[in-house]
Amino acid sequence: MHLSPDQIIFWQFGFFKLNATIVYTWGLMLVLVISSRLITRRLSTKLQRSRWQNLLEIIVTGINQQIREVGLNDPQKHLSFLGTLFLFVAMASLFTIVPGYEPPTGSLSTTAALAICVFVAVPLFGIEENGLSKYFQAYLKPMVIMLPFNIISEISRTLALAIRLFGNMMSGTLILAILLTVTPFIFPIVMNALGLLTGMVQAYIFSILATVYIAAASQARQSRPSSETKH
Amino acid sequence: MLIDWFTVVAQIINFLILVWLLKRFLYKPILTAIDAREQRIAAKLADADAKKMEAQKERDAFQQKNEDFDKQRIERMNQVAEAVSAERAQLLDAARQESSDLRAQLQVTLKNERHNLNEALSHRAREEVFAIARKTLIDLADTTLEDRVTAVFLDRLRELDDGEMADLKLVFKASVDPLLIRTAFTLSTEQCAAIETTINGVLGEEKAVKFETAPDLISGIELVANGRKVAWSIASYLASLEESIDELLKDRDGIQLEVKPKAKTESDSQAKSE
Repeated sequence: MHLSPDQIIFWQFGFFKLNATIVYTWGLMLVLVISSRLITRRLSTKLQRSRWQNLLEIIVTGINQQIREVGLNDPQKHLSFLGTLFLFVAMASLFTIVPGYEPPTGSLSTTAALAICVFVAVPLFGIEENGLSKYFQAYLKPMVIMLPFNIISEISRTLALAIRLFGNMMSGTLILAILLTVTPFIFPIVMNALGLLTGMVQAYIFSILATVYIAAASQARQSRPSSETKH
Repeated sequence: MLIDWFTVVAQIINFLILVWLLKRFLYKPILTAIDAREQRIAAKLADADAKKMEAQKERDAFQQKNEDFDKQRIERMNQVAEAVSAERAQLLDAARQESSDLRAQLQVTLKNERHNLNEALSHRAREEVFAIARKTLIDLADTTLEDRVTAVFLDRLRELDDGEMADLKLVFKASVDPLLIRTAFTLSTEQCAAIETTINGVLGEEKAVKFETAPDLISGIELVANGRKVAWSIASYLASLEESIDELLKDRDGIQLEVKPKAKTESDSQAKSE
């Protein structure tokens, strides 16, 4: 019994190792990139187009619209980062229907890596949009005394991002594993379906929170977001 | 420890690579395709709008042409109607003129015909009168017409009143040329001698007498000398006959002329109603 796919190690050489998290991530990356390449190889610019192209267009324009609704006026600049976040987390959850698969998002290392990416991306996009001084001045608002609280808020929300996703994904697979030993018929399937739903919701939450953070940093902030929604 | 820092670093790198790959193979081509399609649709819509505008313009132009055509047609129709009306009036005038000319010509022709008829009637009547008179005289009095004409002429000569006789003598005596006796018929020798004798007796002196036949005298005889004439013929009787025939013909023409004006008024009313 293991809590994280990190613990399944296929190959190790000193500090370097090849665990299930990395291998499944590569697998997901391959699936995403190859399917994208296959579909976008023959794109139609006419009114008639293939179903797969339609599906991808719906996904891309849906993400684009979601980013715009949150408040980012130039969604295409953020689409690569935020869209990939959503697609990676969603695909990691979706593949739980494959027997023997362990979602990489069930590893705290992966979710921490994603949270770190968001943690770094937020100030980068903010500085790009508003300039260095204006971005850092926002930490001193509404008064200087709020600086430590603002910094704690930044760190805590990054932690929350990582742990929320990890907790949800890990619990899903863990509950499934436990149920398989207790009631091996029917019930694990229902829980698996529930796990899929939870995974999709988490993918949405993760990416939408990242969008909100970037949007908050990108706009000329008069006041920082006072609190984040807890899930 | 749940976090493996090597895995964290590897996953960060993996994630960044995935971001780049998806940007390269997914987002960019899809967004490019969508933009191209939007541009194509926009171009088509713009083209459709342009065509619509063009069609509207053409429609307006066509409508304008139609209106112009209608106006021109009405104007032309009015012009044609006026021309037809003028032509009709002109033709009617010409027809009236022609009709009156024909009527005048007809009247002239009628007059000529009447005159010719009169002539023919006179001629025929004269001949008939002569023939009847001649036959009557032969049957009843056992004498010829020429004898009776000559006798009557000579009687008239003898019965002239004194004034006339003196006047006549004066004229005949002054005449250098011989006295001329003109007759419609050829005189016999006895008749010539009787005439010569009577004239000489009346004048009281010998005077040369010349005899001449003139068919236009209408069964008469006349003595001509120095512009004076003593004559007898049935021309006066024939003239009165001619007058009575004329009156008869005039009466008949009068009846016809009374009918004709009525017919004319009827034709006028028909022309007006047309």
